[in-house]
Amino acid sequence: MNNICLRQMQKNQHGIIKAISVAGELGRRLREMGLIPGTRIKVCGRAPLHDPVAIRILDSTITLRNNEADHILVEVE
Amino acid sequence: MQLKMALAGNPNAGKTTLFNQLTGSRQHVGNYPGITVDHKEGLLHYEDQTIVITDLPGTYSMTAYSAEELVARDYLVYNRPQVVINIVDASNLERNLYLTCQLLELGAPLVVALNMMDVAEARGIEINAAVLARHLQVPVVPIIARSGFGKDALLSAALQVASNNPQWKPLNISYGDDLDSTLVQLIETITSESLMTETYHSRYTAIKYLENDEQIQAKGREISPKTAKLLEQLVDKTAEHTNRTLDVYPEAIIADHRYGYIKSLLRQGVVTRKFDADRLYTSDKIDKVLTNRLVGPVFMLAILFALYQFTFSWSEMPVSWLENAFKWLGNLVEARLPDGVLKSLIISGIIDGVGGVFGFIPLIMFMFFGIAILEDSGYLARVAFMMDRIFRIFGLHGSSVMPFIVSGGIAGGCAVPGVMATRTLRSPKERMATLLTVPFMNCGAKLPVLALLIGTFFGENKAKYMFFFTMLAWIVAMLAAKLLRSTVLRGVPTPFVMELPPYRFPTIRGLFIHTWERTYQYMKKAGTVILGISILLWAMMTYPGLPEEVTASFDQKHQAAMAAAPPEIAAELKNKNGLLSDAAKNLNATITSINNEKAETALRQSIAGKIGTSMEPISRLAGFDWRTDIALVGGFAAKEVIVSTLGTAYSMGQVNTTDSQSLSDHLKADNNWNRVVAVAALVFIMFYSPCFVTLVCIAKEASWKWAGFSMAFNTIIAYLLAVAVFQIGTFFNLG
Repeated sequence: MNNICLRQMQKNQHGIIKAISVAGELGRRLREMGLIPGTRIKVCGRAPLHDPVAIRILDSTITLRNNEADHILVEVE
Repeated sequence: MQLKMALAGNPNAGKTTLFNQLTGSRQHVGNYPGITVDHKEGLLHYEDQTIVITDLPGTYSMTAYSAEELVARDYLVYNRPQVVINIVDASNLERNLYLTCQLLELGAPLVVALNMMDVAEARGIEINAAVLARHLQVPVVPIIARSGFGKDALLSAALQVASNNPQWKPLNISYGDDLDSTLVQLIETITSESLMTETYHSRYTAIKYLENDEQIQAKGREISPKTAKLLEQLVDKTAEHTNRTLDVYPEAIIADHRYGYIKSLLRQGVVTRKFDADRLYTSDKIDKVLTNRLVGPVFMLAILFALYQFTFSWSEMPVSWLENAFKWLGNLVEARLPDGVLKSLIISGIIDGVGGVFGFIPLIMFMFFGIAILEDSGYLARVAFMMDRIFRIFGLHGSSVMPFIVSGGIAGGCAVPGVMATRTLRSPKERMATLLTVPFMNCGAKLPVLALLIGTFFGENKAKYMFFFTMLAWIVAMLAAKLLRSTVLRGVPTPFVMELPPYRFPTIRGLFIHTWERTYQYMKKAGTVILGISILLWAMMTYPGLPEEVTASFDQKHQAAMAAAPPEIAAELKNKNGLLSDAAKNLNATITSINNEKAETALRQSIAGKIGTSMEPISRLAGFDWRTDIALVGGFAAKEVIVSTLGTAYSMGQVNTTDSQSLSDHLKADNNWNRVVAVAALVFIMFYSPCFVTLVCIAKEASWKWAGFSMAFNTIIAYLLAVAVFQIGTFFNLG
């Protein structure tokens, strides 16, 4: 078990969100999409230029930019 | 009695499909004042009841960050619909219930429409609606919006709720000890001071204060600065405390507890899953190909190119029908009315102007139809996903790609539908930057000018230069966007965080309603302003007209030419029967050149001509003489006018836009023109002020202030570029 940043996760890797350290609009946008600590996520893939990243969370696919993913700490399996 | 209902839900939960299903075509689309969020209202009769349904913008939550969310919340609070139908995607229940939870906290009388039961079933998700209803304490009705299944049950449940005349009763959720105790204090102050209590429940106001909701805070300060300060101090203290002990802000704690509430509720026998959560569904399999890092972009190019082809080649026929219809109307007036100002006004001012606007309609319909397919199927979100990295460099958004392509990213588009296509962007600053830079693309109306000048001066490499100028348009547009985003539209990028909805087959009905309502908006908005501007432009090109003695001298010349010729030749020309003899042809040429000279003098004397002539000292720096200037003033009405105005200014009479060989020869022989001037003119024409139809659209999508800005900003950029080209080119003697 180790904690890494969402940006460093590989394709198809699973993990559980440990912490989201950002306030304001971005923090709220992430939360309303279901990105809250304790939720399981999986990296689905990345765009042709490696950014943004697409993740599977709850029952939907969400995309976010790498610099937004930086705020998300994940405990990978 | 009329019953007021509102429809709320997440984007992609099937809200619009349900709305169309319930109201059919009895819809009315307007705008909320000052913002471009659609206000949709529909009528419906059910069991002798007349129901007005408002389709609220799709939102994921009820905070004050985006215009959509504010609209949705304000509508509910100020209009107090008797029932709120909350549409929820059954195949994505947990996330969708986050909004439901907030609607319950607001206290709105709710009916939950559990949509996409079929999709959920296919995914092995079984939902017990009765249990969910018991826990939420509101009716839950399973529906399939696409097929209309459950529609009646939903309506009767909604009527049932309305007939009980429910009070707004907020749901109380515990947000943990720290926040709960602060809430008690906040509520006490709010209630004793009656702060906004007639609009919001005091507990709701208290929660919004803890969530740092800017709208509520601002209102509080406005109503009672003293109470507001007290509340803000309490919130700050708690925030400081939670930040120190737990390293989180109160807003995050509140969200955690909302999800906790939902999770615990779902665990009590609401949802059973048959399959493993990582199972791949059809949609994911399609994505393996369409968003693949290698072949994804290839598919994207193909799909966008197909859309472009569809829009511009399929609409060609209806566009030419409309053009012919207006031409026929013009000819009718031409034949019936006596020569004079009235005739000129009706033909050149009204028919040409209105015809110009209506000529765009098929184009706009086809474009919106194509975009509706991409949008409703879910592909547009994938395009944004793949293109975002490139567009972000210039301060734009992945979704900007669409408007650019429609506007002429592949040469030959049109900025009018391009500007309207920016509606798919939800980030305000990125949207504005896109809106202001799409007119730089090479639209179809600029092509005849491009073809004329390139053909005249670079005839041997036409294709190569066309490609070069298309690329140049992209580069200038991107750099201009970057410039705007670092000056007038400066600001951190709006979060990209976005959902990739599962692929779905668009419903035909949805596509048609979508296309029609946007086309109608264009007609209504553009049609009203354009007539006025078109008449104004006509007046500028016509007035004050030639002084009497000048007209008389032209008439004299005319008569002298006729008199000088042998009488039988003059008679032959007057009767114009069949083939003319050579002598008559010569006479005809003389007369035509006198008429052309008269037209040139009249144009030069007109207001537009005077503007053009007076600009000559400035435009000289870019190599343009007064003739080009007048053509450019005319091009403001519509870029295709440039070629014909240039023809008049060169005393060549009516020049056919598509066949301008004579004008081309003339330019080649003219001393004022050479390759450097041609490139300077091309650059200026590509980038100067958008045509006025586009400007009207910008004004309607943004504001008149932005339309004015666009006019000035583009013209300045175009001028600087043209001057640079001319000065550098002349310095190195490249002409």
